[in-house]
Amino acid sequence: MAELHVELVAADRKVWSGAATIVVARTASGDTGIMPGHTPVLSVLETGPVTIRTTDQGTVVAAVHGGFISFADNKLSILAEIAELADEIDVARAERALENAKNEADSHAERRAEVRLLAAGGLKAQH
Amino acid sequence: MGAQLRVYKRRIRSVTATKKITKAMEMISASRIVKAQRAVAASTPYADELTRAVTAVATRSTAKHPLTTENPNASRAAVLLITADRGLAGGYSTNAIKQSLALAARLREEGKEVVTYIVGRKGVGYYGFRNLAVANSWTGFSDKPTYGDAKTIAADLIEAFTAETGGVDELHLVSTEFVSMLTQNAVDNRLLPLKLDEVELSDGAAAKNQIFPLYDFEPSAEGVLDALLPRYVESRIYNALLQSAASEHAARRRAMKSATDNAGELIKSLTRLANSARQAEITQEISEIVGGANALADASAGSE
Repeated sequence: MAELHVELVAADRKVWSGAATIVVARTASGDTGIMPGHTPVLSVLETGPVTIRTTDQGTVVAAVHGGFISFADNKLSILAEIAELADEIDVARAERALENAKNEADSHAERRAEVRLLAAGGLKAQH
Repeated sequence: MGAQLRVYKRRIRSVTATKKITKAMEMISASRIVKAQRAVAASTPYADELTRAVTAVATRSTAKHPLTTENPNASRAAVLLITADRGLAGGYSTNAIKQSLALAARLREEGKEVVTYIVGRKGVGYYGFRNLAVANSWTGFSDKPTYGDAKTIAADLIEAFTAETGGVDELHLVSTEFVSMLTQNAVDNRLLPLKLDEVELSDGAAAKNQIFPLYDFEPSAEGVLDALLPRYVESRIYNALLQSAASEHAARRRAMKSATDNAGELIKSLTRLANSARQAEITQEISEIVGGANALADASAGSE
């Protein structure tokens, strides 16, 4: 099966890299799925979960805050200022952050916390 | 124990205590250099990908952006100076400050007003003591900067750069480049306006020499550039902060190593002095006893 090479990179570390069959990410114009052989694309990411289906039928979910994806030559780079894999996310902390953000009516922080919970929850549903 | 010997003993004790402290600081810094270097290495993939993407947009589209537009009659220049929060790092902060003063003098010669931004307590202290104007300063993270710190700084500087009135036309960055454990250089670079055809990857190769695929830009080339350029500035500042942190630790390690060596030398020479003082004391006591015995013997010989 055709596969593409994915690098998920945060500002201060490399978060994940490996082979995948499809990557779904939230771009400025909505959810975009990238499969092998996609036309070269460079697009801005929204805060949202990124789902990577790996070649061994696994799923990697990450919460990504700001950044962009670039795809060329079957190589996809996902660059984010902050990126957390689902199993790195502290659910209790994210819930507290969501609560705080709601109280302070900080819509950006609220969205960030929601995405974190979404990414962490998405993984749990798989198990 | 004689007064002189006691003084020497006390000084040896105090120098030994100082030596223990400097030795500990030396070892702490040595371990932190490695960590700081690792942080620099960990941030390179992001910086390189970002550089590639920015160059790709710039070469494929003719989009103009405020951050890349040169003002032909620039009148105000901002200087961001990165120094340490703590002292005992040899010439680290001093060298960076000197570099920034030289740069400021050069900019003034070109007829530009200089606005100073400072990272680190040492720089803030230097400018504060001399009553030099500082537009803004950030402290408390010089030895372990995070991306969030770089973002805060970049947000302020980009705002000053893009402001319609009262803003700045150029942004220069004075930081310390980590060359090796033994060499760190204070350098100044112009960060804004960006010259996209001079952008380099981490291995020093010019990014524009690469051939880029025909990207589809989403939402548009301008939109992508709009989103990327602030990130690029942030990542440049982040890299400068990390390199400076590594340099700070390296400078501190070297300063503390020579302090430890000097303390060792001092202890050695003080021990010599203490030994001879002790010997002199013993000699004096013996001659006093002999002299006393002789005097007694003479006195009793006279009375018989």
